[in-house]
Amino acid sequence: METSTARAPTAGAFIFSRTRSNSSGWRLAVLLTALLLAVPVLVVFSAFLSPERDIWNHLLEFVLPDLFVNTLWLVIGVGAGTALLGVSLAWLTALYDFPGRGFFSWALLLPLAVPSYVTAFVSIGLLDFAGPLQTWLREIFGGQIWFPPIRSTGGVIAVMTLALYPYVYLLSRNAFLSQGKRTLEVAQSLGLSRSQGLFRAALPMARPWIAGGLLLVFMETLADFGAVAAFNYDTFTTAIYKTWFGMFSLSAAAQLASILIVMVFVIVLIEQHLRAEVRYTETGKAGRQTRFALRGTRRWLASFYAALVLSAGFIVPVIQLLMWSSEASVDAFDPRTLQYLWRSLALGGIAAVLTGAVALVLVYANRRQTDVTTRAAIRFATFGYAVPGAVLGVGIFIPVAWLDAQLSVFAKTILGIDASQVLQGTVLVMLLAYLVRFLAVSFNPLDAAMQRITPSTEEAARSLGLDSKRVLWRVHLPILRSGLFSGAILVFVDVMKEMPITLMTRPFGWDTLAVRIFEMTSEGQWERAAPPAVALVLAGLLPIIWLNRHAEKC
Amino acid sequence: MPVPILQVRGVIQAYGEHSVIHGLSFALAKGRIGCLLGPSGSGKTTTLRCIAGFEAISDGEILLSGKTVSRAGYLVPPELRRIGMVFQDYALFSHLTVAGNIAFGLGLMAKSERAARVADLLSIVGLTDAQDKFPHQLSGGQQQRVALARALAPEPELLLLDEPFSSLDADLRPRLSLDVRAILKQQNATAILVTHDQQEAFALADEIGVINDGALMQWDTAYNLYHRPANRFVADFIGQGVFVNGTVLTEKQVEIELGILSGEAATQYAVGSRVDVLLRPDDIVHDDASPLQAEVLNKAFRGAEILYTLKLPSGSTALSLVPSHHNHAIGEKIGIRLEADHIVAFTKPA
Repeated sequence: METSTARAPTAGAFIFSRTRSNSSGWRLAVLLTALLLAVPVLVVFSAFLSPERDIWNHLLEFVLPDLFVNTLWLVIGVGAGTALLGVSLAWLTALYDFPGRGFFSWALLLPLAVPSYVTAFVSIGLLDFAGPLQTWLREIFGGQIWFPPIRSTGGVIAVMTLALYPYVYLLSRNAFLSQGKRTLEVAQSLGLSRSQGLFRAALPMARPWIAGGLLLVFMETLADFGAVAAFNYDTFTTAIYKTWFGMFSLSAAAQLASILIVMVFVIVLIEQHLRAEVRYTETGKAGRQTRFALRGTRRWLASFYAALVLSAGFIVPVIQLLMWSSEASVDAFDPRTLQYLWRSLALGGIAAVLTGAVALVLVYANRRQTDVTTRAAIRFATFGYAVPGAVLGVGIFIPVAWLDAQLSVFAKTILGIDASQVLQGTVLVMLLAYLVRFLAVSFNPLDAAMQRITPSTEEAARSLGLDSKRVLWRVHLPILRSGLFSGAILVFVDVMKEMPITLMTRPFGWDTLAVRIFEMTSEGQWERAAPPAVALVLAGLLPIIWLNRHAEKC
Repeated sequence: MPVPILQVRGVIQAYGEHSVIHGLSFALAKGRIGCLLGPSGSGKTTTLRCIAGFEAISDGEILLSGKTVSRAGYLVPPELRRIGMVFQDYALFSHLTVAGNIAFGLGLMAKSERAARVADLLSIVGLTDAQDKFPHQLSGGQQQRVALARALAPEPELLLLDEPFSSLDADLRPRLSLDVRAILKQQNATAILVTHDQQEAFALADEIGVINDGALMQWDTAYNLYHRPANRFVADFIGQGVFVNGTVLTEKQVEIELGILSGEAATQYAVGSRVDVLLRPDDIVHDDASPLQAEVLNKAFRGAEILYTLKLPSGSTALSLVPSHHNHAIGEKIGIRLEADHIVAFTKPA
């Protein structure tokens, strides 16, 4: 004791100067991270602000009308479909008891494990004219039968609805669970029937959550590349890819990307506005949950409905994938598959570690630096999740190409070496793009974990004799561990599934599982696309299992 | 005379223009339990955080065992102060077991020594069976005892308790505050408690400082705060009572409408001056034989006693605590008598 107080004066004087010098380091790190996103976004925006006239006229006349109509139908259709499926399933599993409810309430999330482009190509392969279902029907009924064409606007909408409804399901289920049966009982006590209670109390109260889920769906729909590509249904993302890699017009691609990003930003703004509303209407947990019992055939109807959605969105596609895979591997196992797998795993792993580390810096800066600039920069840096991969691909490629040009001039004049494309088409650029796109995925669970560490937790550790460095090792990291881990799993899987960025920025000929699926799908070779798809689905199951186990513990 | 464990000397704490504490001074000797008692927003928690070293002070100084730890522009960080703190929300480490939480501050100890100290504290707070549980598996009272054991484990020179009972059920508080006092006394700990609850302060503390608006109103024992309040604020804040008009007769006598109060007066008043006299509910006793009558305006049943609000002949009100078998109806007139051996009076505000 004596010694520690004797030492105190120097240590005390030290603490002030140190916090001050630290703070500028935090701010610099945050600003640099924000810059990583700002550059591609600004590059794309500048294409919007200074359109090149002839390209613009061409786009306006031949491309944009179709793109707008297609996008509009897709957004409306998928929005309506996911709202219907998501809300109704959430309502059933949150408030009613029926056979298999416990199973369905988590299993209905499983379609999230299947990338939408996988659902897409499986559906096409399964339901197309030459597919097993129609062939079978023709064998039974002979010759002429009518079957709805799968390669149609309705087909894309149906497939994307099945792939994306879990977002609406998850959020509205949370809302219904937190309202509890209580809300309905209050409505009933005021003379409303149960269904009146649903429409006049429960649904309006859950509105911000439902809308939040729908906005996520809209963002995913606008950003989707693989599923619409499989259907040959042109939207902005596929148009960006085709103009760049088909017509080799990077500036037209940037122009298209700028329109897409404006649409996405409108949605982001609405979403931010909604989040504030959700905060105000937080109803709190309603203690132990009790549910209404369904009777007679209605309980089986509920089970049947849930089973139908689960089959269409997960079970049938997975079974079909496994069947194709076994055919493919019996015929001839492609040894390159292992290479694709290895690359996807490595990319996912490195990206997970990279985003985790950067997210940790942001979370710390968020705690340490309360000034407006840092806060704003952190919010901005985590907006990358909203920027569609196709847009980001263009936005990152342009500055990298410019940097390469500068570097090659520099190399030639100063060093006398011929060096073009130092950065273009390197894994480094790819990883940078992943970092920008998926930073929020790492940041959010970490930030949530950090919120649980109250200031008094830190103070308790300090009062027990720990300096701030040891508080980090002994309190923060152990508590943040689970947040860090769930973020890492999510990024790992997201990167493995990622298609447009990977296609656009990968080193030449450097294929991954997702790229392989894209190529095989565009040639209609479902059997050869299946084994990599199985690998992706297996990886996609990881975060769902993790989240589910985690939810049970709490 | 030994150096007090804690000395707070003329401490001022201000954020810009707004000062939270202005000029606070008190001291605490080894083994004593002090309490900072005051309404919310009075600055008592801020004072505690200044003592802990979480907040800097703008003027004055704070000494621990005679050594300056805080003064303007100078702050020994909390981890070097050898203080222990029990937080309002307990702030238990959710990633550690009960035993892990208690052992957290024992980093420098040898392993066997540490285990012995943890086992010792577990038995003191009665949580030996729960040592492998995690904080979320404990009840509120158990969590509080873990927080206390964790703070006591490194044998801090001074223990700080910030509203330690406020998140517990009201019916648990009296028993737990006695438990905590017993543990602190057994460990011969020096402690400061912050609370807004008088009962808690009375049950736990040896000496109490009443704080209002960032300034110390009185530092005294519970008995003296109640019976010899130094000023109107303390008289009002501590316990129940009403003020009635009085006239000073002699140094030791004040006349009020119920008769003449005699006894030691806390301060001197000019003979003949008009004063406000504090009457506590226990200063007026019920006596059927008394010629003095008062009308029952209101009554609150408290189990063993009934607290009557009475209307005196002059129209002013008074309180009286009466054994509860004397059950009178509202509106009834009952006989009362003065029974006080000291005078608490304040000159009328100008």
